[in-house]
Amino acid sequence: MNGDRYYHSLRRNILGIILAVSLLPLLMIAAIAGWQFHTAYRHKVVDHLSELVNNHARHIDTFLQEKLSDIQVLAAVHPVDRLKDEKFLGRLLILLQEKHGGVFVDLGLVDARGFQQAYAGPFQLTQARYTDAPWFQEALARPYTISDVFLGLRGLPHFIVAVRIGEGADAWVVRSTIDFVAFNRLVENLRIGRTGQAFIVNRQGEFQTRPNREPDLPPQELLAGLQPQKVSHDLPAVPAEGSVPGRVPGRAPSAPSDDVRPFWTERRVPETGRSLLVFSRPLKGGQWILFYLQDVQDAFSDLYRARRLSLGVLVLSALAVAGTAWTLSRRVVNRIIQVDREKEMMNEQVIEAGKLASIGELAAGIAHEINNPVAIMVEEAGWVEDLLGDLEKGEPLDVEEVRRSLSQIRTQGARCKEITHKLLSFARRTDPTVQQVQLNKLVQEVVGLVEQRAKYAGVRIRTHLTDGIPWVSMSPAEMQQVLLNLVNNALDAMEKTGGTLDITTRFEDGRVIVDVADTGEGIPPANLQRIFDPFFTTKPVGRGTGLGLSICYGIVKKMGGDITVNSAVGVGTAFHVYLPAGDGVERERAENPKEEEDGSNDGFAGG
Amino acid sequence: MATMGTHEAHPHAVDILLVDDERGFADVLRRRLGRRGIRVTTALSGTEGIQKLRDRRFHAAVLDLKMEDMDGIEVLKIFKRMDPDMPVIMLTGHGSEQAARDGMAHGAFDYLTKPCELEELLEKICQAVGRRR
Repeated sequence: MNGDRYYHSLRRNILGIILAVSLLPLLMIAAIAGWQFHTAYRHKVVDHLSELVNNHARHIDTFLQEKLSDIQVLAAVHPVDRLKDEKFLGRLLILLQEKHGGVFVDLGLVDARGFQQAYAGPFQLTQARYTDAPWFQEALARPYTISDVFLGLRGLPHFIVAVRIGEGADAWVVRSTIDFVAFNRLVENLRIGRTGQAFIVNRQGEFQTRPNREPDLPPQELLAGLQPQKVSHDLPAVPAEGSVPGRVPGRAPSAPSDDVRPFWTERRVPETGRSLLVFSRPLKGGQWILFYLQDVQDAFSDLYRARRLSLGVLVLSALAVAGTAWTLSRRVVNRIIQVDREKEMMNEQVIEAGKLASIGELAAGIAHEINNPVAIMVEEAGWVEDLLGDLEKGEPLDVEEVRRSLSQIRTQGARCKEITHKLLSFARRTDPTVQQVQLNKLVQEVVGLVEQRAKYAGVRIRTHLTDGIPWVSMSPAEMQQVLLNLVNNALDAMEKTGGTLDITTRFEDGRVIVDVADTGEGIPPANLQRIFDPFFTTKPVGRGTGLGLSICYGIVKKMGGDITVNSAVGVGTAFHVYLPAGDGVERERAENPKEEEDGSNDGFAGG
Repeated sequence: MATMGTHEAHPHAVDILLVDDERGFADVLRRRLGRRGIRVTTALSGTEGIQKLRDRRFHAAVLDLKMEDMDGIEVLKIFKRMDPDMPVIMLTGHGSEQAARDGMAHGAFDYLTKPCELEELLEKICQAVGRRR
């Protein structure tokens, strides 16, 4: 039904507006605040991890620096001849191990050709040949060197700190092996969360520490993601404890030092589809790189938990809003439906009241119309009584006269019946449903109803009914009431003076039009504007309700039509009712489709 | 169209003019009143009534107030001008008491609502004629 669609769309609109007005700001706030929080928290986490990685890197650098310094001191303080003494070397090693808790595994002195001349340590490496070892090449070329981790002669991972003494063919190299396990512990300490792992690789991507598990991304790939960096063979300067970095006198740092922030990036692991936070920080003058990897989910687990929580709250509140909107709109629309229904009922009652009012107006005319035949019947009956009186007196009965009288009574009775039928056909028609109505027929019926009244008011009714006008979709009962109201008003206007009432039906611009024009006194312009207002009347109190035209207006508007009025004082008034054309064409006189000429179709009222 | 009653019961024949546009009513009333010694002249319209009154005089007139051609009140006014002494009894329909009051204001003798008892009408006619005499 049309009404159902209207209420559905009304409800949809209410629902939509409530949802939009309440959810939009909610979502916007959630999105903005969420984004802000997300960004700030990420920064915080990244900064924190960054700092951690940085500290570790510095720590490792310091560790390397310390070990190197020790060997450097050793090489500088003791002449080479003393160092050749393996016992002395052994004492030195024990001293170092005491100080450093066994970080130094062994100590050796290598000549320029690469032969180890003296050795102190757990392995038998005297006269070991290091000529082709990369660390040895390096150690000869530079004043000091720290090698990458390698298996070396002993087959265990280790790396070497070497310091060169002298130059050229007389050069000696003091070397010491650093305990890999102790070194590895430095990096292993850097473990945060479930997935955090740290390891060091050299520029070739070889592990310098043993990662606790295979990293999700191979080191080569990690290295490829880094910006190329200048590699220095100098160790970064390690500031003295408590001093401000950058102001430390001494070795000028030619490589990135501790002011280098770890470089971080987010990488996707193709195999698992998970994202990794990758921190990298050059070590050992850029030769090594400390990597710290952590699963994004793990790193930001607090953030994601907060986000899940607020999303949950958001969803719950959205659901609550939606539920409220749903109930509210349903309640509002139900209320509107109820009010509309009440209004509808009220309208029907008003229309019914208006109808009774128009019947009341008709009643005077009808009463008089019915009075005449009734009076005749009463008198004829009296006349028959008179005649019977003659019979009682013994005089002959004029049978012919009695018969005439009875026939007159029958005739007048039939007249009464016709009148009551006419009235009842109007009063009984109460069905407000919309049907296809032949307007012309309706006009004729209404004219039939008011004929007698018009006669006594001295009004001549002329109808100009256009043949072939479309049927009109409307309630015949209501349309009849509209017409009767207009005609009654016209008759009222001409009651004193008499006149002509023209009723025209026509079809123009897709609309069926009924004109009801009288030659009455007309309506003053001031009243014309208020003529369709309810309770507006110029009739004396008790005569008019002021509802007739407002009901007409309501009915016609409800049918989707329109009603207009023109009036000139002293000339007359014309009402025009525009009605939407329905289906089908009214055709009573198919052989004569032309409009009836003015006056040729009158005859409903005597002159 | 002056018609004599069929029964001359009253010594002094009464002449009245009945103006009513219902022919059936006028005819039967003429017959019944005629039986009771009242000579009734019928007129089927206001105009005809005025013509009849112009021809001769009547003791009284019975006038229907609602007619097609002329308003009964108008006819009454003209009657009163033509023969101010002639009593006029008005017949009105139910619900037209206002018209009846108007008529009384314009000098009508009395009014009756239609349909009325013949006895009542006779009585009114006798009163009216009696006053005139």
